[in-house]
Amino acid sequence: MVPFRSRHPLLACQAICLLLGICISIALPIGPAWAQTPQPVEIRIALITRQPPPPPLYEFDPVPEDEGLAGGRLAVRDNNTTGQFTGHRYILEEETLEEGQDAIAAARSLVARGVGFLAVNLPADELLAIADALKGENVMLFNVSATDDRLRGDDCRANVFHMAPSRAMLTDALAQFLAFKRWRRLFLIVGPQPGDKLYAEAMKRAARKFGLVIAAEKPWEFGPLARAKADSPTTAGALTFTQNLDYDIAVVADEAGDFGDYLAYRTWDPRLVVGTQGLIATTWHPTFEVWGAAQAQTRFRRTADRLMRPLDYQVWMAVRAIGEAVTQTKATDPSAVRQFIRGTEFSLPAYKGVSLSFRPWDQQLRQPLLLVQPRFLVSVAPEQGFLHQRTPLDTLGFDQPESACKLQ
Amino acid sequence: MSWSFVDRRTVLTVMGAAWLGAAAEAGAYTIYVSNEKDNTISVIDSDKLAVVSTWKVGRRPRGITLSLDGKWLYVCASDDNRVDVVDTATGKVVRNLRSGPDPELFVLHPKGNPLYIANEDDNMVTVVDVETNRVLAEVPVGVEPEGMGISPDGAILVNTSETTNMAHFIDTTSHQVVGNVLVDARPRIAEFSTDGKTLWVSSEVGGTVSVIDPASRQIIKKIEFSIPGITKEAIQPVGVRLTKDGKRAFVALGPANRVAVVNAETFEVEKYLLVGQRVWQLAMTPDEKLLISTNGVSNDVSIIDVEAEKVLKSVRVGGYPWGVVVGPK
Repeated sequence: MVPFRSRHPLLACQAICLLLGICISIALPIGPAWAQTPQPVEIRIALITRQPPPPPLYEFDPVPEDEGLAGGRLAVRDNNTTGQFTGHRYILEEETLEEGQDAIAAARSLVARGVGFLAVNLPADELLAIADALKGENVMLFNVSATDDRLRGDDCRANVFHMAPSRAMLTDALAQFLAFKRWRRLFLIVGPQPGDKLYAEAMKRAARKFGLVIAAEKPWEFGPLARAKADSPTTAGALTFTQNLDYDIAVVADEAGDFGDYLAYRTWDPRLVVGTQGLIATTWHPTFEVWGAAQAQTRFRRTADRLMRPLDYQVWMAVRAIGEAVTQTKATDPSAVRQFIRGTEFSLPAYKGVSLSFRPWDQQLRQPLLLVQPRFLVSVAPEQGFLHQRTPLDTLGFDQPESACKLQ
Repeated sequence: MSWSFVDRRTVLTVMGAAWLGAAAEAGAYTIYVSNEKDNTISVIDSDKLAVVSTWKVGRRPRGITLSLDGKWLYVCASDDNRVDVVDTATGKVVRNLRSGPDPELFVLHPKGNPLYIANEDDNMVTVVDVETNRVLAEVPVGVEPEGMGISPDGAILVNTSETTNMAHFIDTTSHQVVGNVLVDARPRIAEFSTDGKTLWVSSEVGGTVSVIDPASRQIIKKIEFSIPGITKEAIQPVGVRLTKDGKRAFVALGPANRVAVVNAETFEVEKYLLVGQRVWQLAMTPDEKLLISTNGVSNDVSIIDVEAEKVLKSVRVGGYPWGVVVGPK
């Protein structure tokens, strides 16, 4: 926060007075409700992440080095603005692992240093290894990035809460939109990576759920053409790949972004592309500004000097969820926070027009998802008309009766 | 739609017209509506119930209020980081006030000066002298300050912070936060009753209105709303207005497209009035005969007959109508 970044030079001296004011208000908590806390109670939150590989020589939209971290920093600042009134001080520990560094050891050492809340930005297997290693410890884990459905199913863990949407939620959101548009016949194009296959599986499930048809399915075998340079040879097969098929819309499964962007405008018939490229489902987008999101966008841009990305938002939500639970319960013990967050009283406002909560059966955050094309917000799922006895948000992802999760 | 319903509407319109005809003799009120997307103010005549002029102001006008004599209209030009002062005689912006960054909503001291401004992007309440344009104080508050209410005696200012979810009580003499009350998610508006004995705070995402005893700073009642056929998520209370006798309160319910009529003594919800889409702010004419709601999605305002608790008319205004204030005669 740069509270005194004022346009008025005359405020410089007032800024100092204000700083003093803040210090005083932290030292002497104000108001009868919070007067019992002379020293702020510290809440230590860690974000464990892995150093991304260096970008290639030229990348037009490189992954920022502080992706995720910047969201955590903003949320801690937001929490502390509230904390000055409640007598809490939030601290973010940033643990960035080198290549090959042991994630379990790093997590153990964080817990030993008094961290009670751990946001994990690591793939599913490493997340599970940490969750199992910390079983029985008084610590809460937040999965901020892994979309694997198994983490909410057979491989769910009682100490893990999922801020990232699952693949089932992402594909359900798209399928609802396609059903709403009556674009029913899908051509599924599946990349070679394991994640692509899982995404395709989720899409098939979503199609069944919302009455769509997989009219055709083909694996992509032409390599990362979306990353090819303009003078690279283009495989002739890629140009005729989509010929002689009868479908309404192409659905691409390419989580790494290797070829999905190549497909638009190169299909044989004039067809739109959705899935992991083209029209995508996501938690956050720079063009999203309703429900107060514009405030979060400008606050983020001012502190991080770049646009907010979905991972930043997912880390922000994790840290804010902790802050929200601490403020509401006045408890800082992870087991008390966990109890509250799982319950029906918990509600997280996160610029989506409705408050978010956790599904008690798999600890997945219920959330609307944005359907966006690169420069525009197209729709917000759940789409109108998709009803549910509990909340429309539960039309996205695995519902209680179909969940394979047994929390332990 | 049944014929009897149409008949009732017709009768009401006729009654409304008759009443308005009578009111015209006494002179009309002027209703000002800020249009967030258009950077304009729509000026509505309370007799004609039609837009009589449209004024250009700064970017993203949201909060809007009037000087006590009705000569100056104050408009939060959020994206220009200033408050525009509009001469209501000419419709021209005559000067700007220092507002701090991103002013969203404000409240004028009951004596007409100073102006207390919520700086949404800066976690701050700015206090500005409207005569000298001097910043008297900046008070640090919670994240995304918005709602601003002031006690009738001017001693206590209440600010709500949307992401911190608190009503902050600020002493207007010392400019210090003297108390905080935790309310439901995303508090938008703080409104004192005329006698100063209750403070009403709406929670947009929480879906409730907390009625607070300002003396003890305790919540005495949380009002909940329920409308058949409308999901709980769509009920998002924002604007709150009370009648001067403290008997009735009106609450705008956002995407539920309703204004709730609440018995302010028993806190029971008595009625829901269907208005335009995404209803946010409310204002009453000084004689308390008309209530005006801004409907952000349908780009109109609904005019409600307070006595009959009926919607009289929709008046089309600019893009994303946000705030509304009514001037004296």
